[in-house]
Amino acid sequence: MMPTTTSRRTLGIGRVLIAVYAVLAIAATGRSAFQIADRFDEAPVAFTLSAVSAVVYILATVALIAPGEVWYRIAWVTIGFELVGVLVIGTISLFAPALLGLDSPNPFGREATVWSAYGAGYLLVPLVLPVLGLLYLRGRRPRAAEAL
Amino acid sequence: MVEWFTWVQVAVALIAGLGSVVLGLLGRTPDDLTLGAALLVEVLLVVQLVVAIIAPGVGNPPTGNLLEFYVYLISAIIIVPLAGFWALIERSRWSTVVLGVAGLAIAVMVYRMYQIWAVQVA
Repeated sequence: MMPTTTSRRTLGIGRVLIAVYAVLAIAATGRSAFQIADRFDEAPVAFTLSAVSAVVYILATVALIAPGEVWYRIAWVTIGFELVGVLVIGTISLFAPALLGLDSPNPFGREATVWSAYGAGYLLVPLVLPVLGLLYLRGRRPRAAEAL
Repeated sequence: MVEWFTWVQVAVALIAGLGSVVLGLLGRTPDDLTLGAALLVEVLLVVQLVVAIIAPGVGNPPTGNLLEFYVYLISAIIIVPLAGFWALIERSRWSTVVLGVAGLAIAVMVYRMYQIWAVQVA
């Protein structure tokens, strides 16, 4: 089961993907923990979603690292969830911020979350990353991962 | 925070970050140059921590939320060693890219820390 050059490359890029996921997990966790501790009453719906997204980013990071069929499925589910989350919450935050209890759609404001305005406050990384993640997963079956 | 020191940090983190990403993509494994650049970024962050502790006492208080500031600063201080350990354990070109990604993240975080300290938009 010698990995080919192509799959080794995919694996290498996967390392970078994992690193970016880890940074995003830290960012989302830090921000949501602070917002919930400091100003939960201002936008409880948005901050709760923020915390949920943080947990999902942590799970996705672990799932990308851990080997095996089960973690591979968890990676699909969590990364898919993120893509849906950033699209749905991003759209709501722009066009109907009041639904989330937000005063403004400003992605840099004090109530902004990692998914606000499709993650514009995070250089759109939250929007691009799940797409890259799903592409990466498609090319990395659990069998191939065990060859590590 | 001290403004000029902020820009020094952002510049060093940006150069270290972009440089490591490029060198990594060119195929360089982590070496003294890229790990040294990451170490420099980390040392500046520790200096920043000392500055942040001293500054409010000498007439330079934060205009924003200090807790939020420290969430960023502590996260930043943790991220660089994580990338560094990764580079020491797995000596591949991609570890160099990871070092670079960490540097870029630090540049953004330091800028955000400065905003919290000195610029209130909302």
